[in-house]
Amino acid sequence: MQPGRLAFVSLLALVAVSVPARAATIRITIDKLAFSPASVAAKVGDTVEWVNKDALAHTATARNGDFDVTLPPSKTVSSVLNKAGTVDYYCRFHPNMKASLTIAP
Amino acid sequence: MFKHITATAIVLCLTGGVALSQGAKLSDPQIAHIAYTAGEIDIKAAKQALDKSSNKEVKEFAQGMVRDHEAVNKQALALVKKLKVTPEDNDTSRALSKQASEKLTELGKLKGADFDKAYIANEVAYHKTVNGALETQLIPSASNPELKELLQTGLKLFQGHEQHAEHVAADLK
Repeated sequence: MQPGRLAFVSLLALVAVSVPARAATIRITIDKLAFSPASVAAKVGDTVEWVNKDALAHTATARNGDFDVTLPPSKTVSSVLNKAGTVDYYCRFHPNMKASLTIAP
Repeated sequence: MFKHITATAIVLCLTGGVALSQGAKLSDPQIAHIAYTAGEIDIKAAKQALDKSSNKEVKEFAQGMVRDHEAVNKQALALVKKLKVTPEDNDTSRALSKQASEKLTELGKLKGADFDKAYIANEVAYHKTVNGALETQLIPSASNPELKELLQTGLKLFQGHEQHAEHVAADLK
């Protein structure tokens, strides 16, 4: 293989590795004081669409402090996942509401 | 203080007992009135606490009560309007309101930590009474499925309030 061609192939390989998979949108619904699904797998860069079907105000608050999203009654709010890890989150107003997100790098 | 709470519980039991023994259960318009009244009572109590208390935890609890009970009552009003039901005053609602106004006067005379403790103790007891009534009387008696569902979500929410109040009560000790 010519040196130039090798360099080109290497470059292609590098580009393929460094371009991340397309970010997805994940929907998490809040209905009757529960997050659904209660456990979700996601990737850094994904957007979570929080659909609050309750007439109550809620929050999605990470126990480790990674995020704290306010969810007004009967509204949909989007937030982007910036950090990898397994995050347990809850509603600050109704702490019985608990769920988790597993965020891959 | 506990005398009043017990009296409320007894009135709730008595009216329920009387109604059941006559073979007549609470009607949906009566249930809607009781549920709405119970919410209004807790909002008034919370507003008094927001005026009087300077304890951060107590104030946060009271803010939560205003936020949640106002939201539920708004939903209840929208539902009765949709169902074309006119909430109907009844002995249970009247007994609840009477006890609540006596409690407001009683708590109004207290200050500082005494007020905080008495307010939170009453919130624990009040939510216990209301949750008991929801579970044993109001939910089983409700005919309309949407009203029943709203009461069931209410019960889940108010059980959380009861736990929250118990938590605050423990911290105040």
